[in-house]
Amino acid sequence: MPALETRALCKSFGALTVAEKIDFRLEAGARHALIGPNGAGKTTFINILTGRLAPSSGSVLLGGEDITRLGQSARVKRGLGRTFQINTLFRELSVLDNVALGVAERTGIAGRMWRAASAHRKVRDEAAALLQSLGLADDARRRVLDLPYGKQRLVEIAIALGLKPSVLLLDEPAAGVPSMESTRILEVLNRLPAGIAILIIEHDMELVFRFAKRITVLVQGQVLCEGTPAEIAIDPRVREVYLGEGHG
Amino acid sequence: MDFARHLGAAEVGYGGSARLRPLEFLPWILALAVYFLAPSYLALGSYVLIMILFALSLDLVLGYGGIVTLGHAAYFGFGAYAAGVFATNATGDPLPGLVVAGVAAGLLGLATGAVILRTHGLALLMLTLAITSIVFEVASQWSSVTGGSDGMHSVPITPVLGLFKFDLFGKTAYLYCLAVLLAGWWLVRSVVHSPFGMALSGTRENDARMHAIGAPVYQRRLIAYTLSAALAGVAGALLTHTTQFVGLSVLTFELSGEIVVMLVLGGIRRIYGAFVGPIVFLVARDYLAKQSPEYWTLGVGLLLVIIVMFARGGILGLVDALVGRAAGRKD
Repeated sequence: MPALETRALCKSFGALTVAEKIDFRLEAGARHALIGPNGAGKTTFINILTGRLAPSSGSVLLGGEDITRLGQSARVKRGLGRTFQINTLFRELSVLDNVALGVAERTGIAGRMWRAASAHRKVRDEAAALLQSLGLADDARRRVLDLPYGKQRLVEIAIALGLKPSVLLLDEPAAGVPSMESTRILEVLNRLPAGIAILIIEHDMELVFRFAKRITVLVQGQVLCEGTPAEIAIDPRVREVYLGEGHG
Repeated sequence: MDFARHLGAAEVGYGGSARLRPLEFLPWILALAVYFLAPSYLALGSYVLIMILFALSLDLVLGYGGIVTLGHAAYFGFGAYAAGVFATNATGDPLPGLVVAGVAAGLLGLATGAVILRTHGLALLMLTLAITSIVFEVASQWSSVTGGSDGMHSVPITPVLGLFKFDLFGKTAYLYCLAVLLAGWWLVRSVVHSPFGMALSGTRENDARMHAIGAPVYQRRLIAYTLSAALAGVAGALLTHTTQFVGLSVLTFELSGEIVVMLVLGGIRRIYGAFVGPIVFLVARDYLAKQSPEYWTLGVGLLLVIIVMFARGGILGLVDALVGRAAGRKD
């Protein structure tokens, strides 16, 4: 059974179709990349998967369960985590608190009112251990807005990991990061727990080909082809899309 | 080094310690000092304590929750009227009165918050104004219960706990307000430092991320709003109990605006900004009104302009910056 699956997923905004009959399977423990030119509908696809957008038709299945009608929170609770293309962090809070907020939601203590947050040692220790594993231990007490951009991208990943997802959607994890630092992000990605099925959207092709075991190419809201990195690299249709309309 | 932390300010969070710091005793020591050293100022003092509680309730939604409202007088006033009506028709015992006023204002907060919090930004602001107007009109028109534009005079209030009679000098009133403020402060402080408080800060900092970590954002904000409304209602009831009068001025737009001004003046999202703001604002107003009965508003206006231009974090923000600079020089 795939970890995440879509069946004949369609989405249109008026006359504009941004997803057309997308059949997609993300296997358990997968390292899968979704690529495609700008405007191919990649982020829309992610937003439908997470429940930020409702599809026009078709369905989304998480671990075999139909989650098409579920809201964002319910999907997160069922193990669907995500990161954002543009940093979406609690900027004025510490790095530790950014991660702890997610851990607290997952463990069900986030609604508690009486004891101080700092008295919930388990939450803090789990968040701290997670930061340690990502090499962010020294930054735990700094506010996110004081961190360099590359590290903020890592905090994005850390928050998602705190939710212990079974499926993790990474929306351009290296966006805006200079290529020197993107190796650092790749290192972190390569060390993610093998049990998590990961779908990554990324423009940095070097990163995609070094990380992904499977690649799906999306063009104008449709799946153009899918295969291993080696197959995709030599596929003439993909070259056509990426190398230019000039050939047409 | 970080003075803000010593004042228990901002979010302590999961990494810090929420234990009481020595400086946090200062407001209470000062409050008792006023009681013993300035007995002729106890009436003003009680009013300041009430406004501090009101500002604290506002800090919870405006400071921590990031919900910008210009209608918090609706809950303060509703609590004040509830206390008046309860004392007139049921019992003049102030403590049940506080509970009734708190519950009544909390329920109003829950009902109105359920609508208001579905919106954001300007729409939300307009709705908070509208709700205050509605409550004002009801109080104004329903004169058989509320006394209409005359208000409710000589509300019968019995001694606190049956022991402490409200005296002419305002001694009981002052200590009564101080005790309730202490309880309210402890409540707000606990909530702000709790996991719930952190999650509330999360909704302020980033809505999209809160949804993405699976948080019930709307529900969290509604709980905070309800709690804040209840606390504002308790503050309103204190005013009724200590002055034995309720008038329409407790439901005005002016009061809603003033309490925001007081909180911003002291510094939002610091707990103690809600203490400093009302003290400075009301004492300055009292002083200036005596010095220059005609032009005192000019003085208050100037004070605000200076704060907004030179100290965006309010007075406590300014103190932080100065202490920080001094500490920096030492290092």
